[in-house]
Amino acid sequence: MNRRVVVTGFGAVTPLGVGARRLHARWLSGRCGIDDGVARCDEFDPSEHMSSKEVRRSDRFTQLAIAAGSEALADAGWGDELPYDPAAIGCVIGTGIGGLGSMEAGHDVLRDRGPGRVPPLLVPLMMTNAAAGVLAMRHGLRGQTFSVGSACAAGSHAIGVATRLIQAGDAQAMVAGGSEATLTPLATAAFAAMAATSRSGISRPFDRRRDGFVMGEGAGVLVLEDAKSAQARGARVLGHVLGYAATSDAHHLTAPDPTGCCAAKAILGALRDAGLSAADVDYVNAHGTSTPLNDRAETRALKSALGEHAGRIPVSSTKSAIGHLLGAAGAVEAVATVLALRERVAPPTLGYEQPDEDLDLDYVPGPPRTLPPRVNGRPPKPAVGLSNSFGFGGHNAVLCLAGSG
Amino acid sequence: MSATTTTTAKIECMIVEAIVSFGPATETVTREATFESLDLDSLDLVELSQIIEEEFRVQLGTADVADLKTVGDAVDLVVARTS
Repeated sequence: MNRRVVVTGFGAVTPLGVGARRLHARWLSGRCGIDDGVARCDEFDPSEHMSSKEVRRSDRFTQLAIAAGSEALADAGWGDELPYDPAAIGCVIGTGIGGLGSMEAGHDVLRDRGPGRVPPLLVPLMMTNAAAGVLAMRHGLRGQTFSVGSACAAGSHAIGVATRLIQAGDAQAMVAGGSEATLTPLATAAFAAMAATSRSGISRPFDRRRDGFVMGEGAGVLVLEDAKSAQARGARVLGHVLGYAATSDAHHLTAPDPTGCCAAKAILGALRDAGLSAADVDYVNAHGTSTPLNDRAETRALKSALGEHAGRIPVSSTKSAIGHLLGAAGAVEAVATVLALRERVAPPTLGYEQPDEDLDLDYVPGPPRTLPPRVNGRPPKPAVGLSNSFGFGGHNAVLCLAGSG
Repeated sequence: MSATTTTTAKIECMIVEAIVSFGPATETVTREATFESLDLDSLDLVELSQIIEEEFRVQLGTADVADLKTVGDAVDLVVARTS
C-alpha cells in the first residue's frame, strides 16, 4: 500500500456558486451562501450542464454531481479520451440520503393517482448510487463504481475509499466525492423534529450562540490519480491525499461521543497513515456543524489528538459559509481544504464572535489567515491539513491532505 | 375535417408532445422516427403508456408496447383502440 495518491482535478457546486475556485474565492472574501436559514445552490441551472434528457433522468443530487464531476474531469485535463484504461478508473460518490426529492414526488403520485401512475424512472432516480452510476456512464468510467452511505461523513469516506482502491492497485484513477440535495419538505421537517437544525437560521460553528446546523445542498468531486501514473502523463498535480482513517463511536444513533475519543483516533489514524505527526499540521478544516454537541466533541477530539499543537493550528469550518451539505460536506470541504493549502491560507469561520467555555482553539475569526512556513527552508513545504467529517450513526472519517503547485 | 381525423391529429399531437418532453428535439419526432433513433428506452415507453392511459383511457400492456417501433405505430395503436 505504498502508492501515493494525487489530486489532479476539482469540481464543486455549492451555495456559494458553481465552481470549486468560486467556492474558495467567495469563502475567503467572507461571503456567506446562506439565505433565510437555508443554503441552496441558487446559481445552479442543470440545463447549463446537461441535456434535457439527462435532466429528466436524474434527481437533483445526481445533477449536482454531474456538474461538479464534469468540472473536475475538465480540470484534470481529461478530454474526450480518458488517460488510462477505462476499466482502471472508478467512481465513488457519497450521499447521505440520495434522491429524496424524487422519492417524495413519487410518493405524492402514489397517494394521489394510484400505483399505476408511479413513474418508471423513480427507482433509478432515487437510488443512492445514481450519481456514481450516471457519472460513470457520462464519462465511460468502467472501474469500480458505487456510492457510500455514512450520513454526513459520506463525502470523506468516498475519498478515503477511492484512495485505498488506488493504493491497492485496484484502480489507476478514481473520480470521488459526495452529493446531496435534500432541501425537501420532508427532510427539512425531519431534521427540525430532531432539533438538529438551527432555529436562528445562522451557521456559526464553535460560537457560544450556535444552535444547530443550517441545511444545505451541493456536490464536490475530486479526480484522484496514482502519483506515478499522473507523473507519466504529465498531469498538473493540485494536491495530495496523504492519509485517511475512519472509526466509529459505537455510542449513539445521532449524538457524538462527548469525549471525542473515537474521532480523535480517526485524526491520529489519518496522520499515522500519512507518516506525519501533529507537529506537521498547518490547518484543520473542521466538521464544525454549529450544533452544540458536535463542536464541543470535535474540539475535545482535536485537543486529544493534536496535544500541545492543538492551540497553534488554525481550525475553521466551511459550514460557516455554505451550511451543512450532509453527504456532500466531506467532499466539498476536501476541495476547499486543498485549495486553501495550495495558497497556504486558513479561510475564516464566518460569524465566529463569542467564545464558548472550553472551546478555546484558534477558530480563525475575522479575515483569512496566512499559514506561516514552519520550516526554515524555502520554498516552504506543501501545507498539510486535516479535514474532519462525522456522521449520524457515529461515523468518523478524517483525511490528511496537502496542497501542491 | 372528419371527427376521426381530428381525433387522430389530437392523439398524434399529444404523443409527440409527450415524447419531446422525454428529451428528443421536436423536429426529430416524426411519424416515421423509430424509438431507437430517438434514444427512447423501455422506461420511456412505460411512461408514454402511462400518459396515454391517462389521456385516452387506453391501457397498453407490456406486449403492446414491445411491438411498437415508431411514433406512427404508437399513434395508430391508440387510434385503433379509441375508435
